Amino acid sequence: MKCHRPRVGPGRPFSSCWRPVPAAWRARAGEMLQEESDLSLLIAQIVQKLKGSNLYAQLERQAWASLQRPEIRLESLKEDIKEFFKISGWEKKLQNAVYSELNVYPLPSHPAAPPEHLKEPLVYMRKAQGSWEKRILKSLNSMCTELSIPLARKRPVGQQKELLNKWNEMGTDEPDLSLFRPVYAPKDFLEVLINLRNPNYENGDSLSFRTHLGLIQVPLKVKDIPELKECFVELGLNIGQLGIDDSTQVPPEFFENEHVRIGQKVLAEQDSAAAQQYIRQGSPTALRAELWALILNISSQPEDLLYYEQLKTNVIQHDLLVDSLIYKDVKLTASNDDYYFVFEDYLYQVLLCFSRDTSVLGHFAYNSASPPKSYIRGKLGLEEYAVFYPPNGVIPFHGFSMYVAPLCFLYHEPYKLYQTFREMYVRFFFRLHSISSHPSGIVSLCLLFETLLQTYLPQLFYHLREIGAQPLRISFKWMVRAFSGYLATDQLLLLWDRILGYNSLEVLAVLAAAVFAFRAVNLMEVTSLAAAEAVLADLSTLKVMPLLQIFLFATVT
Amino acid sequence: MAGKVKWVTDIEKSVLINNFEKRGWVQVTESEDWNFYWMSVQTIRNVFSVETGYRLSDDQIVNHFPNHYELTRKDLMVKNIKRYRKELEKEGSPLAEKDENGKYLYLARGLYLSDFVPVTYMLPADYNLFVEEFRKSPSSTWIMKPCGKAQGKGIFLINKLSQIKKWSRDSKTSSFVSQSTKEAYVISLYINNPLLIGGRKFDLRLYVLVSTYRPLRCYMYKLGFCRFCTVKYTPSTSELDNMFVHLTNVAIQKHGEDYNHIHGGKWTVSNLRLYLESTRGREVTSKLFDEIHWIIVQSLKAVAPVMNNDKHCFECYGYDIIIDDKLKPWLIEVNASPSLTSSTANDRILKYNLINDTLNIAVPNGEIPDCKWNKAPPKEVLGNYEILYDEELAQGDGADRELRSRSGQTPGPKGGRSRDTGRTVLTTWK
Repeated sequence: MKCHRPRVGPGRPFSSCWRPVPAAWRARAGEMLQEESDLSLLIAQIVQKLKGSNLYAQLERQAWASLQRPEIRLESLKEDIKEFFKISGWEKKLQNAVYSELNVYPLPSHPAAPPEHLKEPLVYMRKAQGSWEKRILKSLNSMCTELSIPLARKRPVGQQKELLNKWNEMGTDEPDLSLFRPVYAPKDFLEVLINLRNPNYENGDSLSFRTHLGLIQVPLKVKDIPELKECFVELGLNIGQLGIDDSTQVPPEFFENEHVRIGQKVLAEQDSAAAQQYIRQGSPTALRAELWALILNISSQPEDLLYYEQLKTNVIQHDLLVDSLIYKDVKLTASNDDYYFVFEDYLYQVLLCFSRDTSVLGHFAYNSASPPKSYIRGKLGLEEYAVFYPPNGVIPFHGFSMYVAPLCFLYHEPYKLYQTFREMYVRFFFRLHSISSHPSGIVSLCLLFETLLQTYLPQLFYHLREIGAQPLRISFKWMVRAFSGYLATDQLLLLWDRILGYNSLEVLAVLAAAVFAFRAVNLMEVTSLAAAEAVLADLSTLKVMPLLQIFLFATVT
Repeated sequence: MAGKVKWVTDIEKSVLINNFEKRGWVQVTESEDWNFYWMSVQTIRNVFSVETGYRLSDDQIVNHFPNHYELTRKDLMVKNIKRYRKELEKEGSPLAEKDENGKYLYLARGLYLSDFVPVTYMLPADYNLFVEEFRKSPSSTWIMKPCGKAQGKGIFLINKLSQIKKWSRDSKTSSFVSQSTKEAYVISLYINNPLLIGGRKFDLRLYVLVSTYRPLRCYMYKLGFCRFCTVKYTPSTSELDNMFVHLTNVAIQKHGEDYNHIHGGKWTVSNLRLYLESTRGREVTSKLFDEIHWIIVQSLKAVAPVMNNDKHCFECYGYDIIIDDKLKPWLIEVNASPSLTSSTANDRILKYNLINDTLNIAVPNGEIPDCKWNKAPPKEVLGNYEILYDEELAQGDGADRELRSRSGQTPGPKGGRSRDTGRTVLTTWK
């Protein structure tokens, strides 16, 4: 960053031989210095992270190998190697990796901030997450003791062989799951969120027009429609969208053909940032698998396949209690789903491996949640004998497998499916079941949903509240699952395109509000929560993009 | 002036009866004056038989063509298609050119004519021809199907000549044959490399409505579905007897241990399309669907000359198609009486709508029919049907106006670019 700035800084005496510097200049200079030091901190962080990665090793190897090339000269070694990287596409890969890090890791707030702040800056949120975790763990442990099943055990060799044979059809091997219950369901989690309070904030007893009538009673900042319009500008009425402008009535020459062409170009360039921008207008079906891989910066290397195979071996060798929970969840949800039942076996292959993947632990650095700790038998409390349980630190809940199911429409090789799911989880899905103040966290999404409804559909909101049908009670499950299992698959994929494109889950809350707006007429006539649920029971015929567009850009604000 | 339509049926299915009642039609018995009779295939035989038959008057419509079996009996279908191929060959049509090995050459469209039905022989008539073919590839698997049965009854797989040698030589005492020895079987090369999704075999059920054969006018129902087996597919010979692996008929699958009554092992065709486009790409998927449409039209064209194009008739067929792992579709059979039983709630809705749309086309405006009408319904009544092929329009146009997918404007055999007459889109059908 080159800019001409006056030399100011702490401790420098304001000597009379210097021209007086206006205060405004000083302030601005201070800002820029801060920005620059922020930037350096960020760069340092990213460099630190990437140094440990496979990409770094590859770049190093490539650099060494390039010395053989005639165009690399000793006098201009650095520039020549940089040029070589540019031409051979390695610079692009590095760019993609940096871009990926920027997307995933939050900016450091202050160099002196403790690591908990990266997870969650607000103390009361951290505390709430902590007690929720204790509850889950208690539930898991009591199930364990009740059923006298160990949390983990090594499989006898005979069973290992059997499982290996059955690896591709674990769906048919139905163990007795009747005694297992999911550790928690979304509605249990909702109750916790409803009871969240900021101890520094006094709501006051008197109702005013400012009172938030919804269930969430914490004062987080959420966007209103004008701000959302700015944010989601590519969803505007005069911009082509897949999900709207590719319907039968619209000739493909208007938008679709050109959009596909651009998509192919983006893929040819292998540019993550461009792909992310492109996908805001939706992805053509045939390009989606590759585009998502590019945006998530997943390149399927042989090491990835090996890593997956290693996880598979772990599954074969050890049996975990959470495996039964996963089994149960799949049987209860995906197996009964019209779209996803076909892929049942893939779901086991992905989720069982996921539970054993310790690389997932990395995301807890920026997740308000923390992985549950367990102790080797007899060594309770001794840190040297603490292990994370399950190994990836994520305890599945009812409906968890639905995060994976839609991906089966895109990838049919288990390891690719696995990589994509893991990346989606550590970027997005984890926010849907941990308590945090992040704008894409479930608490903010709930508040955003309720605020949108109360502000722009006040009559509906009030009516539903009066009949005991708080809207969030109905829409919560949609948002927690990112609408998986509620929308038709092609619509769901268009929605997830936008999640990737905007690197934010806010679109889930907006869609939830848009659905209520769409069915408002019917909802105004219901007189009970059950009747309201019935009106909103079947979302499978909804077209997502028109709903979003109308709600954001055609609602009178 | 128009009275209410009087209907009769000998198939007691709610999806039918509800549709009649919703139109305000009046139920009568067979001996009374009726306008619309939804009959089973046995009844149609009687109506048009020489001994027991009777003339239908101008205000009477039935739901089968008199000799539908030319298409719907497995042996006759194969015979008609083979004959059709030979005729084209005689005409010198480029569609029927052969190469030096006597195999039919590629068309401009990229589809072997008649190479969309697996190699089939009639038994016992073609037994020796079959043996010759079998010996050429002794490790192949063949599927034995009784000609006149449905719902997967009596079907079994063989991979050894001895398994049917017993049958053909000693048909009276073999345990395979449970009914009269006059029963004919067809034996077809089994497609042992079906396209698998989630490791499971599936087939496609598509509904095609034919209102007239000459000129040929047929409609494809957009909401077809895939039927999945509940058990993972394996070509292993040890599982040849396991019908849950090989036969997709719901009548069979629903007795399997893992049968699920919520989704019934069924997928919509639009799901299939989404899956294939996402994992294989758009061009090959469009090509696949184009080929499927083409196969159906060819099969209808093949039987059109021999079909009794009685003006009182229309028919809704159930086409069974299997896709192999090279994304090539194969016509397995055509059903004259596709099942109207509903296995799941969605199924019931689908079949109800199917009958509804069928009746809208076959009995225009729900009024007392007049067989002299031109059988060209306006576009608005098609509902979930799309025009698959309209011979009149095609001849008027000078180019084959067949149903095409949205992308991939493949040139027709005459070399001209056909316009998009119908577009298949990703619709959800719930």
